Amino acid sequence: MLRSRIRLAAAVAAVALVLAGCGGDDEPSGGSSAAPGELKVFAAASLTAAFTELGQRFTAANGGTKVTFNFAGSQALATQIQQAAPADVFASADTANMGKVKDLVGTPQPFASNLLAIVVEKGNPKGVRTLGDLAWSDLKVVLAAEEVPAGKYANQVLDQAGVRVQPVSQEDNVKAVVTKVSLGEADAGLVYVTDVAAGGDKVEGVDIPEDQNVLATYPIATVKASQAPDQAQAFMDLVLSDEGQQVLERHGFLPPPTT
Amino acid sequence: MTRSRVPGLLAVPAALAVGFLAVPLIGLLGRTPWGSIGAELTSPRVLEALRLSLVCSLGAVAVSVGLGVPLALLLARVDFPGRNLVRALTTLPMVLPPVVGGVALLLAFGRRGLAGQWLDRAFGITLPFTTTGAILAEAFVAMPFLVITVEAGLRAMDRRFEDAAATLGAGRWTTLRRVTLPLIAPSLGAGIALCWARALGEFGATITFAGNLPGVTQTMPLAVYLALETNLEAAIALSLILLFISLAVLIALRDRWFPSA
Repeated sequence: MLRSRIRLAAAVAAVALVLAGCGGDDEPSGGSSAAPGELKVFAAASLTAAFTELGQRFTAANGGTKVTFNFAGSQALATQIQQAAPADVFASADTANMGKVKDLVGTPQPFASNLLAIVVEKGNPKGVRTLGDLAWSDLKVVLAAEEVPAGKYANQVLDQAGVRVQPVSQEDNVKAVVTKVSLGEADAGLVYVTDVAAGGDKVEGVDIPEDQNVLATYPIATVKASQAPDQAQAFMDLVLSDEGQQVLERHGFLPPPTT
Repeated sequence: MTRSRVPGLLAVPAALAVGFLAVPLIGLLGRTPWGSIGAELTSPRVLEALRLSLVCSLGAVAVSVGLGVPLALLLARVDFPGRNLVRALTTLPMVLPPVVGGVALLLAFGRRGLAGQWLDRAFGITLPFTTTGAILAEAFVAMPFLVITVEAGLRAMDRRFEDAAATLGAGRWTTLRRVTLPLIAPSLGAGIALCWARALGEFGATITFAGNLPGVTQTMPLAVYLALETNLEAAIALSLILLFISLAVLIALRDRWFPSA
């Protein structure tokens, strides 16, 4: 009897230890300048290729600090940050979703802009030439959902042009739109110019004239609850630096609008 | 009270397990906006997702019963070569990540897929982005639950009844209809309930294969996922419906799962 009580107590102690160990993550890690740490960057899906390259450069230049990315629709990232997900930096594809978390982040800085393009299969088998063609009834068009910045911009572009499109699907992020086209399931989609470039050799873009297009502004900010505020700021500085801007430009992004 | 032979210290991990499984549900109930839930539940978006979920999950059950019961009969009663392989293959979707199932469905039944390109060319039928596509995605992940439950029922049943019916001159169809199926009715019911609950909750294969369009392919789990990103209250309201449906299925099956209670 006594023996079993002792064993019970030992088990309780062991469980308590394990729980305490798990809790360790939440405690401040005593300054970010110590060992090479880890930086968590929440970035819009359209930034996947450009930010992955910037992350590698950051790691190389900062003594091996690992950069972990969470690429998703900006609306999903904003919600995750609202629910206290452990983010250090947030880069959104629009100012609206940055605005949703404005109390949780530092001062946002615009760092890039982007235009929309029509994405079609390689060779453009359906012969899509203009925004108006997207209304063809035999064309399967995929858009990003209205909640996603790319979907919101797509609706703006279509409304401006007076084109009514019945999409067959509203995808959760802009990369999923490109995927549906590259798989051949959809004939066309509205995505960023940069997504066409990143979409590989199965897709190509149809330009949208400047007077019909919208300019998407990408803001970046550090997250106030960050455990590594110095490194978060350093990453943001890299994105805004000449080096960072060159990387973004190479991936097809435009400079941020000058205010 | 009889003396238990279970070691006392097992109570600790057991209590942790209860907490781990129950606390998220309490969290869901705790954050429910009870004041506005009526408005949330009757909003067009929620009603549309609810209607579509019922259509798709019942469609998936129909497909599963129509194809799955014959499969269970063959697996349980006919000793054909490769039976174990067939059984493993047809239960694979139970353990396969649903998103992988969705990708596989695209490669099979998509417009460029193995069978899909033929369907498109011969009949002009394309399945992705259609309600039929959503039904197929749900049936793909849910049918195995029906098959294994019905097969287990067939194996557990007393086959002498079938033999007796045959001796008395009943044909194979008559025996199946009048003896076998009524005897496995409880298993069939449990299989249908499990299959339906799984189809109702399907997310990964549906969004991958059928896409997401309100009223066409946006079932309740998809609506919960997308609502979560913009409208937490609507997401919680939809989650509550799914929670209560799951509870109802569990209660309906309690005699089967908790025979002593």
